[in-house]
Amino acid sequence: MSLFAVPDFSEFQSLLHSPTTTDVEAVLQKDKLHINDLATLLSPAAGEMLPALALRSAAITSQRFGHVIQMYAPVYVSSFCNNNCVYCGFSAENKIARRMLSLDEAEVEMNILADRGFSHVLLVSGEAPGKVGVAYLAELARRTRDRFAALTIEVQPLSSADYCTLFEAGITGVAVYQETYDRAVYEQVHLAGKKADYDYRLETPARAAEAGMREVGIGALMGLSDWRSEGLVLGMHLAWLRKHFWRTNVSVSFPRMRPAEGAYEPPLPAGEKELTQLLFALRIFDWDVGLVLSTREEERYRNGMIGLGPTRYSAGSCTAPGGYANPEIEGEQFSVGDHRDLQEVCASIRLKNHDPVCKDWDATFQKGF
Amino acid sequence: MLKIADKTFRSRLFGGTGKFSSSAVMNEALASSGAEMVTVALRRVDLEDPDDDIMSVLDRERYWFLPNTAGARNAEEAIRLAHLARAVGGTNWLKLEVTPDPRTLLPDPVETLKATEILVKEGFIVLPYMNADPILSLRLQDAGAATVMPLGAPIGTNQGILMRSMIEIIIEQAQVPVVVDAGLGAPSHAAAAMEMGADAVLVNTAIAVAGDPVAMGRAFGLAVEAGRMAYEAVLGASGKHAAPSSPEVGLEFLK
Repeated sequence: MSLFAVPDFSEFQSLLHSPTTTDVEAVLQKDKLHINDLATLLSPAAGEMLPALALRSAAITSQRFGHVIQMYAPVYVSSFCNNNCVYCGFSAENKIARRMLSLDEAEVEMNILADRGFSHVLLVSGEAPGKVGVAYLAELARRTRDRFAALTIEVQPLSSADYCTLFEAGITGVAVYQETYDRAVYEQVHLAGKKADYDYRLETPARAAEAGMREVGIGALMGLSDWRSEGLVLGMHLAWLRKHFWRTNVSVSFPRMRPAEGAYEPPLPAGEKELTQLLFALRIFDWDVGLVLSTREEERYRNGMIGLGPTRYSAGSCTAPGGYANPEIEGEQFSVGDHRDLQEVCASIRLKNHDPVCKDWDATFQKGF
Repeated sequence: MLKIADKTFRSRLFGGTGKFSSSAVMNEALASSGAEMVTVALRRVDLEDPDDDIMSVLDRERYWFLPNTAGARNAEEAIRLAHLARAVGGTNWLKLEVTPDPRTLLPDPVETLKATEILVKEGFIVLPYMNADPILSLRLQDAGAATVMPLGAPIGTNQGILMRSMIEIIIEQAQVPVVVDAGLGAPSHAAAAMEMGADAVLVNTAIAVAGDPVAMGRAFGLAVEAGRMAYEAVLGASGKHAAPSSPEVGLEFLK
């Protein structure tokens, strides 16, 4: 199988910057979009037409997903990390108090989420395979699987064989963000550790899909490089995964770097308008892709976006290992922008005439646990 | 009356439970539609939880509970879900959906037939969702399916009966009820399916995402009744050529 090849960003700048209002209007009339149409929707001209994009995005989302938002929460199991990524709170260079949950402690965190009503849980860790490896994740999945509809992971990239093991243990999906598709920038910000290998990371969603994972999540940080270009390559990656792994569901997350986070100043910060344009553009490009809006974003923004494109919301998230059992604990990966608990977020979703859905999968789909 | 396996239904409209803005709206829309059979995705409900948001609202005295295997990507997964439905949900009725492509949700004919053969032998009443393929329809019927459920158009697209020619053949050949499932976007589509001689239709998205799902449920209920009535009344022939109602064709010379 041929690998996904990322073009040089310079190759498609005119596609992103030449479209006119008329071009955008034409794309909004189309049902099947070409990748060039996605570029049109990411153009500055389209940025001036957000209400029109919103209408189209909302109509597609309503038709394909209905009036529902799926709820999930992350469980951070470890802040140990071997990588040196200049923008990340867990970076090996950062002198923070590291913590890794024992299996018992992780189970306590997960049980708290189950009691709060969550059935979809995302297990997150820093990338330190010697700490949180396949054996740890598989055992945690086996122990907790029957209490959750779906268990996904956002940990270090693994081999296909490892993903097979985890799928058998009950892991449903894998999220792995390229952070930036801009190879030059990638090399500048990932200074050490396994993560410095751009290609190994890029091929990770394919390895997870190949291993049978039901869903792969992709994304790019907004702030490291030009967001329009990142968005276009994200769309290419999405389309490539669709074509090669047609049995696998794909979702996209939008980790937007906030200037206030820690000491690192993102070189090309993106605002809410840019995030909104990217999200609408991807929805109009791919009607069925799951779009995730996490608690990185603020309450006001998340409330406003209900029904316009996103299909999955987290709630009550804590990004420090052990933070659900011990709310006073420090050592977050990043500070969240929306501090409401599940019930409060659900109430806002209902106010917008949508149904917050906590269970939309089932342990029965997978065997081996 | 519509008869499936040993059960009769007055309503020929089957409802769904997905995509509604709330369980309350779902319940009202189902009630106004007059549906008696309602399908529920097993992935979406927790049959062991008495407070489950859908199951606690759905009146099982009023609606015949038809669990479905949406999300299953092969026969094995669908069968496992069927066993769950029988063990915990207390029913051996199953809307079989094997949809390995999460994007189009089109049914896998090979795995659907395989699962039908196995589940029928295990005593399930199997209502398989299928592409509008007449030969597959016959194969499923031979395997013991209680109905066949060809799609009118890709699910969730609201495009109506795009597969008309194939569905006409399926209806003509079938010995089990034919339920047109998926793609019906407007009451007129449902009426058209019934006029063609479909025994029933299943509608979810078009009701759930309508501006007023309760009114749309009622509209579909009426359309299905009208379409069935028209079918039973036998429609006049249609054709491309004009047919005057008092023809003067010049046959006066005949003795």
